[in-house]
Amino acid sequence: MGGYGDVKLLRDDGKRLDGRTVDEMRPVSIEAGVLPAADGSAMVTHGLNVAVAAVYGPMEAHPRKIQRQDRAVIDVRYNMAPFSTGDRIRPGFNRRSREISKVTAEALESVVLVERYPRSKIRVEIEILAAEAGTRCVGITAAAVALADAGIPMRDMIVGVASGKIEDTVVLDLDKAEDNHGQADLPVGILPNTGEIAFLQMDGDLSIEEFNLAMEYNFKAASEIHVLMVDALKRRYERGDN
Amino acid sequence: MGCPVGGTGEKRMSEGQVGAEQRLVTPGMVIGPSAGKHAGSGAIAQNEEFIATRLGWLNEQNDVVSVRPINSAYMPRSGDLIVGVVAEVRNNLWFFDVNGPFQALLPMSLAPWKVEFGSTRQHLGIGDAALARVQEVDEAHNMVLTMKGIGLRRLNEGCVIAIPVNLIDTLRGDNNSRVSKIRDLTDCRIIVADNGRVWVHGDADNMFTVRGLIQTLVDEGHMNNFEDAVDALEQQRGEN
Repeated sequence: MGGYGDVKLLRDDGKRLDGRTVDEMRPVSIEAGVLPAADGSAMVTHGLNVAVAAVYGPMEAHPRKIQRQDRAVIDVRYNMAPFSTGDRIRPGFNRRSREISKVTAEALESVVLVERYPRSKIRVEIEILAAEAGTRCVGITAAAVALADAGIPMRDMIVGVASGKIEDTVVLDLDKAEDNHGQADLPVGILPNTGEIAFLQMDGDLSIEEFNLAMEYNFKAASEIHVLMVDALKRRYERGDN
Repeated sequence: MGCPVGGTGEKRMSEGQVGAEQRLVTPGMVIGPSAGKHAGSGAIAQNEEFIATRLGWLNEQNDVVSVRPINSAYMPRSGDLIVGVVAEVRNNLWFFDVNGPFQALLPMSLAPWKVEFGSTRQHLGIGDAALARVQEVDEAHNMVLTMKGIGLRRLNEGCVIAIPVNLIDTLRGDNNSRVSKIRDLTDCRIIVADNGRVWVHGDADNMFTVRGLIQTLVDEGHMNNFEDAVDALEQQRGEN
């Protein structure tokens, strides 16, 4: 949230600057198995965001101090490419990417059946090639498809979605201008089949009613994205004669 | 669906289903009610329903609902025949890369030779391939191999080709029928190990042919093109 000042984000007809309605998502496309060298991979395009996720493992966890005797650890590395935004990003880990890597790992650990692979590590690499607000959600969605593509057992495929508030109006899926000048942002990781929430962050303030409406939008968007995730996996593997 | 667990390719499995379409399931997908049935691999029971935990083809036999994964890592089981590559040598044991998450250990007492302490390198060095069997695996993935047994040996010749573990049954066929057919057609010695490695030995042209067939399986195995490729080879060899 860069502060909301006097930037106008809603048009007079109630629509947003890019013509979307308040509960309309940016266009999403998902492709599974884009990287031949990885055990599983996926590319998600969400509006102008492009995220590629690669999964390797399960493999022996190194260094040994990170091993857990009763379960696998999920090692997530979220990174934004230097050319992903208008201003060049200095390559390498920074405070933000560490935080997003951590919350993504914790979200994925809640769905992956980690107890099946004691002392192992599952490595998830998320690379943001183009960024336009909401990259952590796009990264989580890509990671979930890549994990499924790698054959890692999971209770559900987690979907990353976000809602927020602009000009005192709750809207689904903030774009860059709305993220920078809006009043609140609510990224959530949803398990679409059970309706459970695997991660939730909130930046800015929302009243209880606004929060409930934002979550309603998030659940609606999650079910739409989940259909695309399943479709991407089916497209990759469905038999040619089916 | 009346197909055997660990069947031999989608076409054969579908034939046993009497009109039933094979169903591709994704993690989290509800497979069906759990009443009176048991969850097999790739499925868990939750709220009186079965949930798929892996991406794969749904399989139901003898009241056991399971998912045959499309893509999976090799998880060793006791008794598996494996092709391992020596990754590390100590004075009294070898560590093998077995294409799994963990290395396996071959103590000198389970080697087929009489090995003196400190002379392990004389028998197997780093990078050598060997045919071995899994003696035991514990719950923390500690894995012990044995090379005492008929046919277990160091692999001095031929080549080792890697394939995804889930395609092993497709390559083998019913009672190894398909791999036997490839052996006969190409005059190669072929051993399909359980850890997704195939050892092939024969003359160079035939080994190249087998490699091409296996590549077809790896690239297009889920679409039955492998069976067509084997049939095409059979026809071609029959004409010559």
